[in-house]
This record gives sequence, structure tokens and C-alpha cells, in this order.
Amino acid sequence: MATEVLPHTAMTLHDHLPMLQILVPFFAAPLIVFLGSRRLAWPVAFAASVISLVISWMLLMQVIDGGVITYHIGGWEPPLGIEYRIDAANAFVLFLVSAVSVVVLPFAKTSVADEVAARDHTLFYAAYLLCFSGLMGVAITGDAFNVFVFLEISSLSTYVLIASGAARDKRALTAAYDYLIMGTIGATFFVIGIGFLYMATGTLNMADLADRIGTQGGNRTVEAGFAFILVGVGLKLAFYPMHLWLPNAYTFAPSAISAFLAATATKVAVYVLLRFTFTVFSPAFQFEVLTLQFVIMPFALLAMFAASFVAVFQSDFKRMLAYSSIAQIGYMLLGICLLTETGLTAAIVHLFNHGITKAALFMAVGAYVLRNKDTFYNDICGMGRKMPWTSAAVVISGLSLIGVPGTAGFVSKWVLVQGALEKGWWPIATLVVASSLLAVVYVWRVIEVLYLQPARSDSTATEVPMSMLVPIWIAAIACIWFGIDTDTTLTAARSAAAGLLGTAGQ
Amino acid sequence: MIRHHLILRVVTKLLIGPIMLFALYVQFHGDYSPGGGFQAGVIMAVAFIIYGVVFGLATVQQVLPPWLVHKLLALGVIIYAGTGFASLFLGYAYLDYGAFSPAHPEHGQHWGILAVELGVGITVTGVMVAVYYAFAARTPMLSDEDW
Amino acid sequence: MTAEFDLPFILGHVNYWLFIVLMMTGLYIVVAKGNLVKKIVGLNIFQTAVFMLYISVGKVSGGTAPIFPTDMNVDPNVVYSNPLPHVLILTAIVVGIATTSLGLALIVRIREQFGTIEEEGIYQIERDMAAEEYRLHSELMSERR
Repeated sequence: MATEVLPHTAMTLHDHLPMLQILVPFFAAPLIVFLGSRRLAWPVAFAASVISLVISWMLLMQVIDGGVITYHIGGWEPPLGIEYRIDAANAFVLFLVSAVSVVVLPFAKTSVADEVAARDHTLFYAAYLLCFSGLMGVAITGDAFNVFVFLEISSLSTYVLIASGAARDKRALTAAYDYLIMGTIGATFFVIGIGFLYMATGTLNMADLADRIGTQGGNRTVEAGFAFILVGVGLKLAFYPMHLWLPNAYTFAPSAISAFLAATATKVAVYVLLRFTFTVFSPAFQFEVLTLQFVIMPFALLAMFAASFVAVFQSDFKRMLAYSSIAQIGYMLLGICLLTETGLTAAIVHLFNHGITKAALFMAVGAYVLRNKDTFYNDICGMGRKMPWTSAAVVISGLSLIGVPGTAGFVSKWVLVQGALEKGWWPIATLVVASSLLAVVYVWRVIEVLYLQPARSDSTATEVPMSMLVPIWIAAIACIWFGIDTDTTLTAARSAAAGLLGTAGQ
Repeated sequence: MIRHHLILRVVTKLLIGPIMLFALYVQFHGDYSPGGGFQAGVIMAVAFIIYGVVFGLATVQQVLPPWLVHKLLALGVIIYAGTGFASLFLGYAYLDYGAFSPAHPEHGQHWGILAVELGVGITVTGVMVAVYYAFAARTPMLSDEDW
Repeated sequence: MTAEFDLPFILGHVNYWLFIVLMMTGLYIVVAKGNLVKKIVGLNIFQTAVFMLYISVGKVSGGTAPIFPTDMNVDPNVVYSNPLPHVLILTAIVVGIATTSLGLALIVRIREQFGTIEEEGIYQIERDMAAEEYRLHSELMSERR
């Protein structure tokens, strides 16, 4: 702020959208605790999510043609102050996160009432909103250190949310503890990386960082910073050899939280990786290319196979989905490693498509938990007849998980194969297709259990209430919708990829 | 409840007042000298915690019941974010303190930072006391309904 | 940077050496110790190492504390240390406190539910639970074939 009084042009509510995007859910969280009412907790959380969704849609529409919106907090100009910077890539992620939240919350009302003790509900929804605003904050901010702060806001509330599954299974506590240790190590690595970048450049603003790294070139400090950031974010996104926290965390968390986290948390971490590899460091930076192609890519390929292979042998539906998530993250990382616009488009589109697919599947898991207490294959067998609507949604989203033509999963894998072929890497393209065959196996096992096996004689399961079915079906229909209407997602993803690569307007 | 040594009890009672006063000093002088909400909040919480340690959890929870602690820690964040909201509705950027005194941005900054630090102080007090309650009360006597 | 032994270089970077030693100590404790509380302590040491790294970077030689003089007249000859890393670390410390207290709260709950805070014991209980689930599952699945 200038010391002399300058004529001030009043900002309109429209100018404040980037701030309100974070502020509304963030403000609603303490409000829930302050009101302290179990009845009001859910409506407040839902209202905040809906407002966020509307704002994120308005922002996405503003930046989809390659525009950039910036917002200076406290009126301090960047690079001195914290800047929120929205381009197509993060507007897309913001929209995904808030859309998933709006879909999952109605589902969560019944599911959480069943899985979490009633006295914890106010704090549960407060933690949920903090997690939500943290994830949104990671996506929106243009300041490297601010990413860490928001990452920790979301992570800390995630640990709480996962631990709240302890009412159902006490292993949720150890799952949350393991995630806490891993997540904190990851976040601390990330901070060390940012510290190195700050030492080398003297700035924390991402655009400014990119500028200075671009002009001074890479040196050992910057390279070390890059390595630390890569490992730190890798831990958060369950990048293959660092994925050990994920299966337990997703298995023992309340189903609504598994659905929300699977669809958003790792995706936001992938976004952070995208932002750092492409905006802050540029792919022209030789060290980065080497790292991505010789370190990350083999692990991404390994993730696709190893995690899918483990998923095949699971006997718990929820745990199977957790392992499949690790495999799917492999596809996204592979797309990033291609370092081309098509590859990036594939990564971003898969981030969205896999988000809605996993949201549908984990919500269906929640429906089975509500009726059968557990999701082991022997608990849910024969549910194709007892819970026809839920099971039909599982089939649709399962097909999307495999990548059958006509579903969302197909689009992203198609673009990924295209990207690999563009580079002439046909073995990689073959591997992508081959690993999808493993997905056929693990999805088929579920469908077989649901439809071809008789229900247990003592099973009293009935279809779940509408409040759960509607969200499941919204997500399932989205899987088909974005499989047929590929234009919306692909345009947004292309524009995001072009923005990240700095080829927008060419 | 364990009754601690007489000297301990008397000294504690004597100290609590000055500790709170010092917390307020650190709180309100934080804008132009070392200090501020974080430190003041911790010092303020210490006053309650030392009272709890010496006189027992039940006694301190009569002074500051757990439900009130929850309200406090939410209230602090609301004050902080509310200050931002106020500047936002006055047509300035979020947390642009110039909004509170357009003619003299320095005065606006002064007021803005006081409000924000007050929010921080209240929340930190609440959090520290809540952490102490959560660990100290983790016995069968804990009535979860207090939350 | 030369490869041969360079004493001024080594002494001049003493804060980085200390940072590395502390960081590795913390990380080693997290990995090697089986006690959950000790892991949290290790995590704390690890984080403190990072705080030290940042704060030592913010030091400007000959610089004084970056506090505005009360009479508002800044002497241009006075060198101030860089306050930004301190502010960042203030945030990081708060995050560290939150992580520590959450971790300890989880340990309290784990102790109540599992009756132990040693990793070995907890894993044993979890393995037993998983084996039991698996046994039940395979029994029921084979019955139905």
C-alpha cells in the first residue's frame, strides 16, 4: 500500500470472487463451531459448498479462453504480497473440488449419521469445510509458501476426518496416525524445497519465481529445491513408492470422506505438481526433464501395474478402490511426464474424470456400508438384486474406471494414448492399454459378486434412501455425460494445458 | 482432587492476575513492539492452565467451561475473517486495512491490525486451553456431551 | 564449488551442516523408533531443523532486529535482518504445534483402543484383525460355491 493517499476505486463483489471462493467455506467452518448446533451444521456446510460451486463456475467461465484473474490480498502488490492467481488450470480444479463437495454432501448427511457418532457431527462438518477450503486454497493461490499453509490446513483436517471413522473400525486411528506422519514429512519436504527456492531467488510469488529461475537458469540450490518439492508433493499425492498411507486411510475413513478425498485431495496434489513443474520451473530446465522421464515415469508405469495387480487380489471393495486410485494416479503422472500439450491435457482430463468416477464408486461403497455394515465381497454379494440402483451405478462407474468407450474414463485414456503415440512412444501406449486390462479384472470381480452370486440368506439389505441414491447417480451420469460430451472437459483441459506450458494464444 | 501445597496455591493466585495483565499488554502493544496475538494468546492460556494444574480441572472448568472454549476459538477466527469481510464490503481488497480510514491509511492499518490480532489472541487462548482440557480430561470423568 | 577440502567454505556454511544433522536426526527417529510418541518427537526435531534453516537464511550480517523505531524515523544506515523468513516460520511453527497436538491426541485414542503405543504391538493387533476378516471372508465365499 502506498503511504500517500491515492484515489481509490471501490472494488465490486465481482472483483472479490477469487477471495470469496476461499472465504465462504473458510468462514463457515468456525461459524458451525460457534453456532454449536447439530441441526445447523449440515445446512451451513452445504450452503457454503453451493456458493463455492457457483463462484468457481463464474471464475471458470471468465478464464476458460486463457485469461488470468489476480487478486491481491490486503491490497499488497505481488511479489511482496500474497496473490491469488486464477488461470484455466486452477479454475478447472476449483470447479472439480467444489462440484464434488456439492454432490458428496447430500450423500454425507445420511452416511455420516450412520458412521460417525452424533456428538461429533458439528466438529465433523467444521473439519470437512476446513479441508474443503484448504484444498480450494491450494488450487487458487499464486504464492509458493501459501500453498504449504493451505496444504496443511487441508491435511490436518483430513487426519481428523479419517480418524472419525474410528466409530466403525478402530484401525481408522492408526490409519490417520500413519497419514499424519507421512503427510507431515511430505509437507516439511515441500517447505524445505520452497526454502531453497527462496534462498536462490529471494521471492515466493510463483510468477516471480518462474521469472527469476528462467533468467538465472538452474543451479544446484534450485535443483535441490525441485527435488524436495517433488518428494514432498509425491508423498501427498500417493505417488507410487510413497503411497503406503493411502489404502488404510481410504479404507477406514467414513465413506463420505473417502469419496470426497479420493475425488479431490490427490487431484489437488497433482495440480500442485503441475503448477510447480510447469509454471515455477519450466520444462526447458534440463534437470527437470531428466527427473521426470527417468525417475517419475518408470514409477508411474510401475504404479499402473503394481497397484492394479494388488487391487485384483483384494477382498474388500473399499480397499480395492483405494489401490485402484494409486494406479490411476500413475496415469496422471504419465501424462505429465510426456511433457507435451496432449500429455498434459490427458493428465488434467483424467484428473477430472477419475475424480467423478471415484466419487461415484466410493459413494456406492457408502451405500453398501449403510445396509451391510461392511464391504467385503461376502457382505455385498447378491446386492445387484437387493440394491439394484446402487449396483447399476457401480457398473456404470466401474466401466468408466476401466475406460470403456462411451464413458469418461475412456476419453482420458484415449488422449493419453494419443499423447504417447504423438511422441512415438508406442510401448508406453501399449502399457496403458495393458494395464487397463487389469482394471477389467478387478472391476469384473465386483460385478460378479454383485450380480452372479446369491445374497446371504440373513441379508436384510434394501435400497438406500433417495438422499444417497441421487448423489450416486449424479456422479454416475456424469461419468457417461463426460464420456459422450467430451467437448466441455477437453476444451477446458486443453486451455489449462496450454496455459501451463505457456503456449496459450499460439 | 489433590490439594497442592499452600505456598503453591497462594503464589498461583498472586500470579494469575499479573499474567493476564501481561497478556493484555503483549496483545495491545503487539502492533508496534514485539508481541501480538500469538504470544498474548499463549500467555493468557497459561493463566488458565496454571490455575487448572494447581486447583484441579473441575475448578478451572467452572471459570471457563469447555463449551465456552469452543465458542471462543471459533469467535477468534470469525473476528479475523470478519475484519477482512468488513474491508471487502467497504470496497477494498480482503484485509486491506486502509478501508477503515480512507483518509489516513496508517490509522486504518492500526485499527485493522488491532482487530485481527484480537481475533488471533482469542483463538490462540481458546486452542491452548482446549488442548489442555482435551488431554487433562481424558479420563472416565470426561463427559463428552460437554463438547 | 571446488571438490577439494575448503575450510572457509565448510565453516561459512555451518548453519547448513547443523540443519542437515538435525534434519537427519529427526527423520531417523521417525523411521527407526517404534514408539508412537517418539515418532512425534522425531517429527518435531525434523520440523525444527527446517525452522532453523529458514531463520538462519534470514540473517543479514551486521543486521539488527527488523523493528520500526518508535519515532518512525528509519535511519538508512542501519542494516536490518530479513523479517520475511521469520514470519513464514511463525506460520510453520503454528502448523507444527497443530500437527503435534493432533498426533498426540491420536496417540491417546490409540492407547485407549489398542492398549499399546508400540508399533509392533499395534501391527500385531491389526494383522490379527485382518487375518480374522480374511478367514471369515474365505469361509463364507467357499461355502457358497
